[in-house]
Amino acid sequence: MSLPPQTGTAFVEFAGVEKVYDGGAPAVAGLDLEIAEGEFVTLLGPSGSGKTTTLMMLAGFEAPSAGDIRLQGRSLAGKPPHRRNMGVVFQNYALFPHMNVERNVAFPLGVRGIRGAQAKAKVEEALALVDLDGLGARRPDQLSGGQRQRVALARALVFEPDIVLMDEPLGALDRQLRERLQVEIKRIQRRLGLTILYVTHDQAEALTLSDRIAVFAGGRLQQVGSPKAIYEHPRNAFVAGFVGENNGLRGIVTRRNGSSCEIRIAGDLVLQATPVGPLAPGDAVTATIRPEHVRLGPDLAAPCNLFSARVDDVAYHGDHSRVRALLPGGAAVTLRSEERIELGASEPLTIGWCAEACLAFADGAEPRP
Amino acid sequence: MRRLAAAFRLATLGVALLAATGCTGEREPRPLTVVGWGGSSQEAHRRAYWDSFTRRTGVRLQEDSWHGGVGVIRTKVLGGDTSWDVVQVETEDLILGCEEGLFEPIEWAALSGRDAFIPAAVHDCGVGAMLWSYLIGWDGDRIAGPGPRSWADFWDVRRFPGRRGMRRTPKYTLEFALMADGVPPAEVYEVLRTPAGVDRAFRKLEELKPNIVWWSSISQVPDLLGSGEVAMSVTSPGRLIVANRSEGRNFRVSWDGNIYAVDYWVVLSNSPRKAEAAQLLRHMTAPENQMRLPRFIPTGLTSRRAGELIDPRLRLDTPSDPRNMTNALELDASFWVEYGDQLTQRFNAWVSH
Amino acid sequence: MPGSPTERAGAARRDWWPFALVAPLILFLAAGFLIPVLMMLSRGVTDHELASAWPETAQALRGWDGAGLPDETVVPILAAEIVGARKAGHLNLVANRLNYDRVGSRSLVYRTADALEGGAPARSFADLARIDPRWSEAGQWASMRQAAGPLTSFYLLASLDRRLSPQGAVERVEAEQAVFVDILLRTFKISAVVALLCALLGYPVAYLLATLPPRLANPLLILVLLPFWTSALVRTTAWVVLLQSEGVLNGFLIGAGLIEAPLPLIYNRLGVYIAMTHVLLPFLVLPLYGVMKGISPVEMRAASSLGAGPVAAFLKIYLPQTLPGLAAGMIIVFTLALGYYITPALVGGGADQMVSGSIAFYTNQTLNWGMAAALSLLLLLPLGLMLFAGRYLARTVPA
Repeated sequence: MSLPPQTGTAFVEFAGVEKVYDGGAPAVAGLDLEIAEGEFVTLLGPSGSGKTTTLMMLAGFEAPSAGDIRLQGRSLAGKPPHRRNMGVVFQNYALFPHMNVERNVAFPLGVRGIRGAQAKAKVEEALALVDLDGLGARRPDQLSGGQRQRVALARALVFEPDIVLMDEPLGALDRQLRERLQVEIKRIQRRLGLTILYVTHDQAEALTLSDRIAVFAGGRLQQVGSPKAIYEHPRNAFVAGFVGENNGLRGIVTRRNGSSCEIRIAGDLVLQATPVGPLAPGDAVTATIRPEHVRLGPDLAAPCNLFSARVDDVAYHGDHSRVRALLPGGAAVTLRSEERIELGASEPLTIGWCAEACLAFADGAEPRP
Repeated sequence: MRRLAAAFRLATLGVALLAATGCTGEREPRPLTVVGWGGSSQEAHRRAYWDSFTRRTGVRLQEDSWHGGVGVIRTKVLGGDTSWDVVQVETEDLILGCEEGLFEPIEWAALSGRDAFIPAAVHDCGVGAMLWSYLIGWDGDRIAGPGPRSWADFWDVRRFPGRRGMRRTPKYTLEFALMADGVPPAEVYEVLRTPAGVDRAFRKLEELKPNIVWWSSISQVPDLLGSGEVAMSVTSPGRLIVANRSEGRNFRVSWDGNIYAVDYWVVLSNSPRKAEAAQLLRHMTAPENQMRLPRFIPTGLTSRRAGELIDPRLRLDTPSDPRNMTNALELDASFWVEYGDQLTQRFNAWVSH
Repeated sequence: MPGSPTERAGAARRDWWPFALVAPLILFLAAGFLIPVLMMLSRGVTDHELASAWPETAQALRGWDGAGLPDETVVPILAAEIVGARKAGHLNLVANRLNYDRVGSRSLVYRTADALEGGAPARSFADLARIDPRWSEAGQWASMRQAAGPLTSFYLLASLDRRLSPQGAVERVEAEQAVFVDILLRTFKISAVVALLCALLGYPVAYLLATLPPRLANPLLILVLLPFWTSALVRTTAWVVLLQSEGVLNGFLIGAGLIEAPLPLIYNRLGVYIAMTHVLLPFLVLPLYGVMKGISPVEMRAASSLGAGPVAAFLKIYLPQTLPGLAAGMIIVFTLALGYYITPALVGGGADQMVSGSIAFYTNQTLNWGMAAALSLLLLLPLGLMLFAGRYLARTVPA
């Protein structure tokens, strides 16, 4: 697992970058982000969060309103996209429909003056890399969606760019194909030691692929870190809610003792949680608990928080089951179990979780997604 | 499948409906349709004849307009289109259409006899509608003094500098060239019937060619003259005189050596309303009606009696005034029916070199 | 069960039904357009006037080898049929037809008819020559033999400034009568230049329309379409006002001291190009606009990210994809321009008239529909080539 890069050795560096479209709220504000060479960084966030704008600024299609973007220490300001030597993969492939696969892939070579046998060898190598050997003569409209995206990838790699930018490249594909291509992208990235900046709104994809994830919301960077750090130690309620699934229970802090606190939620229930950031009694908070951390009774081994509840709904998912339980105060908690659950609606049950798995965030500090 | 069938049935129904309305449209009596040449001449006919005709007889009229060409009528008659009844035609159209049986023979007795008209107005298939002419016109604000007096003057670009407007057809143009070359009007067609005469006409035209602006529609002439694009132009006097009266222009014309011709009223042989059509011809050729026409357009009249009745001041601007007929030449339409193709071809070849 | 008999029968029925739906249109087109057009065009290669008015004369002339004068037995046959045709009202057809080839034949036929009706004898060539000496000319009879039909090359040859000599060889007409080859070539040239001008002017306009936001593009589109909704006469008058010697443009240029004498902008080829390009521009812009709308702007970004500068990206990515639209537009403009004659008549000079003007002249003025049909046929040839080229282009480049 790679660590955040040390200052000064950043391959790509966003420094105080801001983008404002005339008259509107900033699409990106106060962005500081560094990417190390060979690193796979994903910009994750809902639509309109500024992640694509960030990518487009790096590619050169948008100019920052303030701040600077540097590649290998040199500012990119004023450098047009075609001089940046970055491979961009677009969501809708953006293949050239009037060229066959081979000519599509050879295009960046041609504009660099690489032609003939040398170009042919490179094209063949690139097509082999994405498992498209022998399809060079096909036209884009004769390819499936997955094949098209492989062509787009080959085309973005063939000229050995300094960095590869991918804008929701798998968004238009079905889930199975998406997962297969994720594996391949990761394989190719490792094999070639590529630096990739990847944009997606799919948190599962981000968790699978990335060395580090940068979570965006409302034009601001919320948190940067490894998938594990983002998942297990979200810095705020937005990250906690957006990355992975989470139950949110709203309440008031009643007591604070050391590394944990006591929260009163609807129905006068009291639960123990781990506060994130400074919290004082009386603060309105949201306590979050991931479904896989909720245990199901009756024989629970002394968890910190134990409640009796009623079954609202049980959903069978093959390898696991999901239960939606209602606490006496009306709050809903979803839990996930590897075992088969044989419960009917309205049946009573006991659920519980430990304080370590339950994070409390102060309300009102969240960005608007 | 069922929806397709329904759509098809609907489509057939639509076609049937259309056909049905088309049929009823034919059966319903339409107004008597009279076809003129549009513009100020059509308006003059409307005011002189057509409005009063409907008032007097109760027969409703409907107007259409065209730009001549007997082919249009041939197409209508051969194609079974019966939408026109009475049409104003030029002499060549009259000759060709009459030979082809496109026009109804005129019942001269009902029009008070052939002798009631000037000779040029009498034809088996048509009765003269008006006498019009082509002559020299210019803008009096641009050429001071008496201006050009003959076709020789028209050719004289030293005395009268500036370009000349001429109609882009050999008809009239060749005749004017011969007159400019000194051929007396009475001998023009005699000379033109010989190859040497045609060569002579083209040689004379060649002299003026660099100064000619060719026009194709008479409606262009007032603009050409008024804007100074040409110093003088072949024109029919009507448009210019109407412009003088209505727009206060100072256009002038020279009648010397004008070529005049008669336009005719004909009834199409496939007209479904021949009786009313004949009634309209009677109305339009009656002297008391025809004498009103020069009030609206300066044109010569075909009824002898009407020619005597008209206001002498109005007659000044028309070919009906004897003083305007000095050196005048009647267009020989039969010459143009025979030589039109050949001369037009030669003219087009000449004009583009 | 795919492929079962019922399934296949159902598919076959489904294939057939759409044709049933368009059948009324096809019938309408056939009856209202195709058949009349073919009938009209057939006049360019057939000769029926003489054969229908003088059937036995035609029979006799077809049996003659064309050398010298025909057998004298044709004289009484011809005399009888001249009189008969006049009674039946068909004499004008044959008289006009013969006049197309030998000018003066019309009056010859009518004078002969008058004489025969007046009781003049007509048993020998000598009798006919007494009525009119032209009857003893071999050329007169050769011309009649060529008109005996049923098929003829007369009109097509005449449209190419050629004719058959009395001996049956193809020869040029006199230089002073040779006009149609010039006019045809001129028509193609004017149409091609107008198509090119439309392409040069229309491409940036279409590009602007395709890339502007709709709020701005829609009013602009209306401006482009404006010439559609203006009558030819009004439009032309506007050009006259702008372009004539004392017109707006010359006035401006002289006033600005750029020129001293007015430029000849109208009543010449330049005027024809300007006016025709103006009115035909929408026909180029619209198809091109449609194609440009279909090109994703992301492709240009992709090209740019792959290292192509703006010029290279345009030439290699954008332009090739717009070629089908450009070709379609140019073919439409070229095709429509071929049929123009009123605009050239009003703003052109003597050397700028187009072939449709001649077609209209023969159709309407002199009823020489054979010539009109032959000229139309010659006009159709490049049209066919154009459509073929269009199909080829459409196949090679995806829309």
